[in-house]
Amino acid sequence: MKSPAFEYIRAESVAGAMSAYAAAGDDVVYLAGGHSVVPSLALRLQAPALMIDLSEIAALSGISFQDGWLRIGAMTRHVQAINDPLIAAQAPLFAAAAPFVAHPAIRNRGTLGGSLAHADPASEFPAAAVAMRVELEIASPKGTRRVPADEFFLDIYETAIEPGEILLAIHVPSPVAGQVIGFDEIVRRQGDYAMVGAAVQAVAKDGVLEDISIALFSVGNRPTRAVAAQAALMGRVIDDASIADAKAALGDDLDPPDDLQFPATMRLHLARVLLGRILANLEAVA
Amino acid sequence: MKTDITLTINGDAVREAVEPRTSLADLLRDNLQLTGTHLGCEMGACGACLVMLDGAPVHACLVLAVQASGHKVETIEGLNERGLIKDLQEKFHDRNALQCGFCTNGMLMSAQALLLDNPTPSRPEIREALSGNYCRCTGYEAIVDAISATAKMRSGQAGEAS
Ligand SMILES: Cc1cc2nc3c(=O)[nH]c(=O)nc-3n(C[C@H](O)[C@H](O)[C@H](O)COP(=O)(O)OP(=O)(O)OC[C@H]3O[C@@H](n4cnc5c(N)ncnc54)[C@H](O)[C@@H]3O)c2cc1C
Ligand code: FES
Ligand code: FES
Repeated sequence: MKSPAFEYIRAESVAGAMSAYAAAGDDVVYLAGGHSVVPSLALRLQAPALMIDLSEIAALSGISFQDGWLRIGAMTRHVQAINDPLIAAQAPLFAAAAPFVAHPAIRNRGTLGGSLAHADPASEFPAAAVAMRVELEIASPKGTRRVPADEFFLDIYETAIEPGEILLAIHVPSPVAGQVIGFDEIVRRQGDYAMVGAAVQAVAKDGVLEDISIALFSVGNRPTRAVAAQAALMGRVIDDASIADAKAALGDDLDPPDDLQFPATMRLHLARVLLGRILANLEAVA
Repeated sequence: MKTDITLTINGDAVREAVEPRTSLADLLRDNLQLTGTHLGCEMGACGACLVMLDGAPVHACLVLAVQASGHKVETIEGLNERGLIKDLQEKFHDRNALQCGFCTNGMLMSAQALLLDNPTPSRPEIREALSGNYCRCTGYEAIVDAISATAKMRSGQAGEAS
């Protein structure tokens, strides 16, 4: 189907985009890669009066170090998460998640910022962002602020970004010595949205877990931190017993909805299988 | 209201006035009669509409023509006329890698992008590269054969091509 009519502005700066938004009122949508927005227009899920294209704003692109954090511009494309050596070394869960996101041509266009701002609970990058404890830098007409990933995702398609605000960049804390990661999902067909997925990051000292960060996706209305499973693993080595305890603890973390595809009990079961698989295969990062 | 856009399509500078809602695919097909870019789902799911945008394959149904302003687009007509995919086309023909042909141009785009990036792909890598391209006729096996054979030929292993 074709999109309904709308006006279009290509913004040249963040300030310019925000003032165009303010001038136009509420009926405005920002456009990044367009790979969630354009299909939603075609399906007539939304019909904004104005689209403001952010994709050519220089301040939203680029990958660099800033004060001990890796700064990934919001307009960074999915494919860069696969190819960029800085992302591979410093934001390894994004690199691990990217091949699971859609198909090659979509990854050429879709942006990391767009994926996080869109906050589809079945998306891979939001869970990777939570597991890596990134901070999201958001610009508003009043200034910028940084929001931790745990406080950024609020509900289905809902984030801490207020109407008119712009996600500028994703800040990723540098990996520490002994860090390991794992990312995987269970899917009906490669490239489809996951039935359940998980991102895991941990720090092991002499084999003992000192820190563990687990986020699951496609299990609720937003990427979900597995607090009980994390607690079950703290201070332990990864072995059959600790993995079994973490899988059992997931029952306290998740309360997946029954949905049209399959019942909640099955989703919880799949989440346990997946977490066990990831924990058994954690990979060291540099 | 129509917006003026300028872009390069298959090496030619193109200037058009389009409505913002016009997709790049509709610009190519309706305004420029470049109908090799096919439209199946118009949702990013089938891959029939793939074109190169600044050298990378993207879905022309999901890119607004206004977004492509200032950029370089190459369609299947461009690749064909420049002879860049002659070998791929021949192998598709030899291997019966098409029946109705509706998906073929998108398949060729994905295949060409893959082979430029990875001259010696394995069969699983070819399948991964085609994961966003639907074919309703062939069952894919012949398409993978054709791409694999082209890869072997291009990388100088013609004798071993099977
Ligand atoms: C066929 C198909 C399959 C897909 N499969 C997957 C999949 O398996 N996994 C997955 O995670 N995704 C998948 N996607 C979605 C794809 O990854 C999207 O590209 C992505 O989620 C959105 O990124 P975008 O840059 O295209 O954003 P857009 O579509 O341009 O924007 C999405 C939303 O975010 C807002 N936004 C974007 N950037 C900013 C910003 N900087 N500041 C404030 N707001 C902003 C927009 O206003 C809009 O509301 C799929 C898409 C298609 C078409
Ligand atoms: S028409 Fe564009 S992907 Fe199907
Ligand atoms: S040959 Fe008919 S759809 Fe592929």
